[in-house]
Amino acid sequence: MGNLEALKPFPDSEEMEISFGPQHPATHGVLRVLLRLDGERIVDAKPVIGYLHRGTEKIFERETYNGTIPHTDRLDYTAAATNNQALVGVVEKIMGVTVPPRASAVRVLLAELQRIASHTIWLGTHALDIGAQSPFFYTFEEREKILDLFEEYCGARLTLNSMRVGGQPYDLPDGWTDRCRTFVDQFPARVAEWERLLTTNRIWKLRTVGVGVISAANAVEWGLTGPPLRGSGVKWDIRKVFPYDRYEQYDFEIPVGANGDTYDRYLVRMEEMRQSVRIIQQCLAKLPDGPVMAKVPKVIKPPKGEAYFSVESPKGELGFYVVSDGGAHPYRLHVRPACFINLQALPEMVRGLLVADLIAVIGTLDIVLGEIDR
Amino acid sequence: MTEQDKPTAPADTPAQPPAAPKPPWEEKPVTPVPQDAREHAQVREIAAAVPGAVIAAVEFAGQVTVTVDRERIVEVGRACKETLGYAFLVDLTAVDWQDRPEGRFDVVYWLHRHADSVRLRLKLQVGVDVEVASVTGVWKVADWMEREVFDMFGIYFGGHPNLERILTWEGFSGHPLRKDFPLEGIDTGAAVYPDVFPPGGGPVAGGEGE
Repeated sequence: MGNLEALKPFPDSEEMEISFGPQHPATHGVLRVLLRLDGERIVDAKPVIGYLHRGTEKIFERETYNGTIPHTDRLDYTAAATNNQALVGVVEKIMGVTVPPRASAVRVLLAELQRIASHTIWLGTHALDIGAQSPFFYTFEEREKILDLFEEYCGARLTLNSMRVGGQPYDLPDGWTDRCRTFVDQFPARVAEWERLLTTNRIWKLRTVGVGVISAANAVEWGLTGPPLRGSGVKWDIRKVFPYDRYEQYDFEIPVGANGDTYDRYLVRMEEMRQSVRIIQQCLAKLPDGPVMAKVPKVIKPPKGEAYFSVESPKGELGFYVVSDGGAHPYRLHVRPACFINLQALPEMVRGLLVADLIAVIGTLDIVLGEIDR
Repeated sequence: MTEQDKPTAPADTPAQPPAAPKPPWEEKPVTPVPQDAREHAQVREIAAAVPGAVIAAVEFAGQVTVTVDRERIVEVGRACKETLGYAFLVDLTAVDWQDRPEGRFDVVYWLHRHADSVRLRLKLQVGVDVEVASVTGVWKVADWMEREVFDMFGIYFGGHPNLERILTWEGFSGHPLRKDFPLEGIDTGAAVYPDVFPPGGGPVAGGEGE
């Protein structure tokens, strides 16, 4: 009965209100969007979130600092390595720890592989939502290879728990660098293959060009970060603005779009995968020797104070804000989630579009509800 | 010849070069120390743009925190955005200091300026049931952030267009990130369909859950 109630048209107009999700495959999890429609056209949209809220920030407060790392895996579960990187980064910042060069290099390797893995999921599911089924199978094949590399490094494929405050828990296994090199050397050809399927595809362009446009000024105003911001032409990447883990040694470009539409964001992410390959190749070529763990106390007790640290996650700026009272547990550990802030701009981007375009825009924002709801 | 009898190094060999300084990762971490930042360029800018609003300023781990007058936050925010160029509100959150006499909560704003890539933390001290003016009029992005702080801490933002709970549901009782909220959770009253989900059991036959 409840559903019929929601379908009741407004008495004085042709508008109706429908609930898109939370159990809809194109919402990438449990997002619910309350839509006001005039026929097929969206008058207004209101995202309703919180279905996956697990109280992560509350749980952080009872964990030790290293104990919070597995919980960060479960924020953006398609990009566990960059989540780990942000968390250990903030604790190292407040403690004043310098990480050995080899540990930084391993982190960069994991983070860039993770960026590729995350973007392959995005491409597969985004294309699937729009109706192109085949890229999904090709992209997941490549992702499997990355997950195999992760499994070999830390034993886990999805929730990696792969970094510690002060460095890395393990050195790279024998032969790992060779297998990683084999993967990245063949990967650009795969990207080119996917681009042949999509970039000049007429249907793909009809569904993405000019859809979900957001101007550069508006994107900054709405706090967008990551590919949604770069798609609008703003050259902004935390890896360049506030380099962490010695990113300043690597030579890479920040791709930007021009029109701020779904198609440009697609091009930006495709190019980002190629740039990640470049970073990994440079990193493997000059992988430093030495320890992977700095000298840190067994029990991590940062000094009294507060610090914020952010990384460029595949979705945007992922930050952690830690407040320490000098004890072994964080007094407060707050996540600045990229997806949460990016999703806020959804109504702005879909007003006036068709319902089918909403699916394209949700796909292009590349949201993960684990990070939005925390 | 025993170990002790071994002659010491002859005097004519060159003296050992002084040991190279250990790399920082083999030393103990260099703990950052809070410093008074009243003379810091970022703080002086604000003090000049909104005279009298700055209460305290601290620099810690390379980040500047400015405590400002709670009642003037919108004025400070607008000056930061329009005069000083902090166009991007990166983060907005709160911290609960349960027993602090001068106000229980800190509301924390984290701003970014694109021109020279510097960041600034604004902080307000807020008591329980004291309203904070919303900055949604200054930065649109504050909308959901303020809703989250309201949901998690119960801080009211006056003038917010739509101050509803965001991560918990409408009708949830309590504010989970307050320090006095029990870690193990509360009875949420989720048993709103006792016929479908009876206490201590799964769905019953004939219930709507089937």
